[in-house]
Amino acid sequence: MAFYFVQFLTGLASAASLFLVASGLSIIFGVTRIVNFAHGAFYMLGAYMAFTLTERFSGALGFWGGIVVAALIVAAIGVLVEMVLLRRIYHAPELFQLLATFGLTLMVQDIVVLIWGPDDLLGRRAPGFRGAVDFFGQNIPSYDLFLIALSPVVLGVLWLLFQRTRWGVLVRAATQDRDMVAALGVNQKWLFTSVFALGVFLAALGGALQIPRDAVHHALDLRIIVEVFVVVVIGGLGSIIGAFVAAVLVSELNAFGILIFPKISIILVFLVMAVVLIVRPWGLFGKPEAAARRTPGLTVNPWRPLTSGERLMSLGALVLAAMLPLFAGNYALTVGSEIAIYVIFAASLHFLMSVGGLASFGHAAYFGLGAYGVAFLAKAAGLPMIVSLLLGPLLGLLGAAVFGFFAVQLSGVYFAMLTLAFAQIVWSIAFQWVAVTGGDNGILGVWPDKWAAGPASFYWLSLAIAALAVTVLRVIVFSPFGFALRATRDSPLRSEAIGINGKRVQWTAFVISGTVAGIGGALFAYLKGSVFPDSLGISLSVDALVMVLLGGVETVSGAVIGAIVFKAANIWLVSQTDLSKLVLGGFIVLMVVAFPKGIVGTLETIRNRWRSPDTKSALLASRIETAE
Amino acid sequence: MRRRHVLGAGLAIAVAGMAGSAMAQSEIKIGEINSYSLLPAFTEPYRKGWQLAVEEVNAAGGINGKKLVVISKDDGGKPADAQTAANELVSSENVAMLAGTFLSNIGLAVSDFANQKKVFFLAAEPLTDAITWSKGNRYTFRLRPSNYMQAAMLVEEAAKLPAKRWATIAPNYEYGQSAVAVFKKLMSEKRPDIQWVDEQWPPQGKIDAGPVVQAVAAANPEAILNVTFGADLVKLVREGNTRGLFKGRSVVSFLTGEPEYLDPLKDETPEGWIVTGYPWYDIKTPDHDKFLKAYQAKYNDYPRLGSIVGYQTIKAAAAILAKANSTDPEKLIAATEGLSMPSPFGEITFRKIDHQSTLGAYVGKTALKDGKGVMVNSVYRKGADYLPGDAEVAKLRPKE
Repeated sequence: MAFYFVQFLTGLASAASLFLVASGLSIIFGVTRIVNFAHGAFYMLGAYMAFTLTERFSGALGFWGGIVVAALIVAAIGVLVEMVLLRRIYHAPELFQLLATFGLTLMVQDIVVLIWGPDDLLGRRAPGFRGAVDFFGQNIPSYDLFLIALSPVVLGVLWLLFQRTRWGVLVRAATQDRDMVAALGVNQKWLFTSVFALGVFLAALGGALQIPRDAVHHALDLRIIVEVFVVVVIGGLGSIIGAFVAAVLVSELNAFGILIFPKISIILVFLVMAVVLIVRPWGLFGKPEAAARRTPGLTVNPWRPLTSGERLMSLGALVLAAMLPLFAGNYALTVGSEIAIYVIFAASLHFLMSVGGLASFGHAAYFGLGAYGVAFLAKAAGLPMIVSLLLGPLLGLLGAAVFGFFAVQLSGVYFAMLTLAFAQIVWSIAFQWVAVTGGDNGILGVWPDKWAAGPASFYWLSLAIAALAVTVLRVIVFSPFGFALRATRDSPLRSEAIGINGKRVQWTAFVISGTVAGIGGALFAYLKGSVFPDSLGISLSVDALVMVLLGGVETVSGAVIGAIVFKAANIWLVSQTDLSKLVLGGFIVLMVVAFPKGIVGTLETIRNRWRSPDTKSALLASRIETAE
Repeated sequence: MRRRHVLGAGLAIAVAGMAGSAMAQSEIKIGEINSYSLLPAFTEPYRKGWQLAVEEVNAAGGINGKKLVVISKDDGGKPADAQTAANELVSSENVAMLAGTFLSNIGLAVSDFANQKKVFFLAAEPLTDAITWSKGNRYTFRLRPSNYMQAAMLVEEAAKLPAKRWATIAPNYEYGQSAVAVFKKLMSEKRPDIQWVDEQWPPQGKIDAGPVVQAVAAANPEAILNVTFGADLVKLVREGNTRGLFKGRSVVSFLTGEPEYLDPLKDETPEGWIVTGYPWYDIKTPDHDKFLKAYQAKYNDYPRLGSIVGYQTIKAAAAILAKANSTDPEKLIAATEGLSMPSPFGEITFRKIDHQSTLGAYVGKTALKDGKGVMVNSVYRKGADYLPGDAEVAKLRPKE
């Protein structure tokens, strides 16, 4: 009995830091609607900063003072980030801020290694909390007891702050209805900055408090960020109590889960999240999001197909791209094939995200399923390449059909997180089912047949399939189905009123998108000759999001440009510099500031501004732009 | 609109490709790939090690008069990116051979690439047994002692312990799984009387140490096998120390004696663990002294195991290239099979039968000295003594 009680307390202690970080993320999202991917980076900075301060100043005051000061310093960095970077892009399309914070995260990963060195750092133990308390023969670390006591205190302080102060009232009001708060004359700028600072302070405090239990190293951010997102979503976005309950729930399930299934901790949080979201689509304590008040058409530009001149130009560009093998070497051709494959992948996500309005955070699942489909067919069944290429993506289709059915019942961030959960479940199956998938050692030897083995022939194959996929997706966008999908995106109520079965349309779009991603994955397997769980992983899903956002989420061809720019820059930078993350992150942040609508979106705006004087009045043109 | 950019990118790549294809005749290039950005704690000393080796090789006249050049690429910890890098090194840089890699899955990806493209590959670090056995191929050789070898070295000591009830803690991926599987198999062969009472599989890099320690303690084992390393190990040790998990229990632990993993534990280093590792402060052989002096003179820092691996990888590559006196992969293979050479750990040989080098490891016990973790009573175990018999190896490797 004592054992179970101690295990329960241990779970509570693990929940404490999770809660601190999650509450910060939840507050930031609730008010600013920013999906702050850099939250983990602030957590990590808090830990590093606290390490330096506590090493420098000894004694109890030095330790506890160091922890608090570290969190304050990181909060100040957060304020700087908010004022310099995020303020510029609050009006950019939704999720664009994700791109900025993703760039920051990349930069911080390299910066901490530059400042603090590559070694794992061991922080001091907390003065006064070094030992353990004996409980019927079981040892409970006294620091755990401190953490267990701390989290209700933080919860209480936050509750008081939000319920009993004017600032708290404003924050709650903004969480519920941002536009109304602005209309009432509240200075939103400072409200946002202060909220961001509080959120970052909590994240950094969570990181700083880990140094007596953990090692400080440069991968801390990724370790926590996904888990924290999950906690926030299970609890319900913007709900502090929800974050608390979810953190406890996840930690306790983990503490007891490993007693029965020791291998479960790898996916436990995602299983919980998937179940919670299917049963309670807005999390345990969340409320349904109010319908957007924006009028469609003013925020999203109406799209138009390419003019015949532009079609000719595209065709010309394709022909020129097809001539690459005449003058480029093998390496360039392989990179070209890889870029073409990423164009397919990004275009498939774009179809779901921009056309369908459903931002998937787990799109790599279908890419990876396509790749595994090919690997199974080619290796296990020994089928020739053509057959595998045709049948492999069906696994992506199947996955998209099953998961998409559940996912499209949700919308917004909840949709994103459910797709993430499904992707993680697929990933962990590939990762753990060693007998079938080879685990993380992957499936090797999936090389193309002779006719496609040369770099030039494979490049032509990839380019042809990419062109075909992009064209087909474009045709669908401007087909009646595409209009129905866009109608559902822009106004679910109105489209339902005219007889469109929104969920079915979205489900179909999900399946189309997943299948196209699967085609990309199938080609990818042959390009690399092998398949690894990486191709189902979070970082690939994030890459796809970055490509779409970089190109311009509100445009038709943004994904294509975004994929080319991002992938080419990525491959080139990784090859040229050891600080590729710093440079790539900096590049993304610059792009975000320079092109707040994405590359294609910004180019379109410039072009429309150019044209407008001679066609329409400037006022009208600035509102009704077309997007290519 | 969209496809013009395809062309732009294509042109840029083409120009870059052509610029790289001019190759100087007076030098020999080695393409090196490792997870520099993902695992700097290991790869930074590793890089220093191979840079020292390149310097020494060239100071001694290069390779049959030609200058040795190493072109190094980061794989970011992703197999797919490692293949892109390998392709660049082979196609545009025209390297004579590939070398490096840390993670097992990346080692396997590059090894499969080498097999497909018929390029010589010297795997430095990946520990998986698959790379020389179940997925071995004629183009791939491996330097470091494999999972199997390290397990066999540890089992030799572990079998002497009186403990009968064993628990295991290992990261939940191929490395952890196969380390536990081999250890269990070899251990149960030597000691049929032991029982396996608990196993914990925390996700790599994400151990929730408190519950794991509690769960292991609840099974009340007499001895524990640990395979976690890096930050996970730190958390495990801290929780284990506070909760008294290691008190009165024997612990056998993979790799923990390597400075990369032992040094971060500082004054919390648990004493008396049986570990494999690299006690650079205790090795008193002329071969190692020479290496240690050169390393400390150049970097004003002490070497980690990564330094040894990086150093010996390039030294081995140079010996292979010198003996083959050619960059033809078939000649390189012929030169490597059975090739013996000196190393800081003494003479090693690349076996013909499975392309594994006989580099060994030090086995000893952890101890605390002046607030730092060290290895004591360490003994060098030659790799050759801890490999299965030839008949068994022949069965493990696919027929060519």
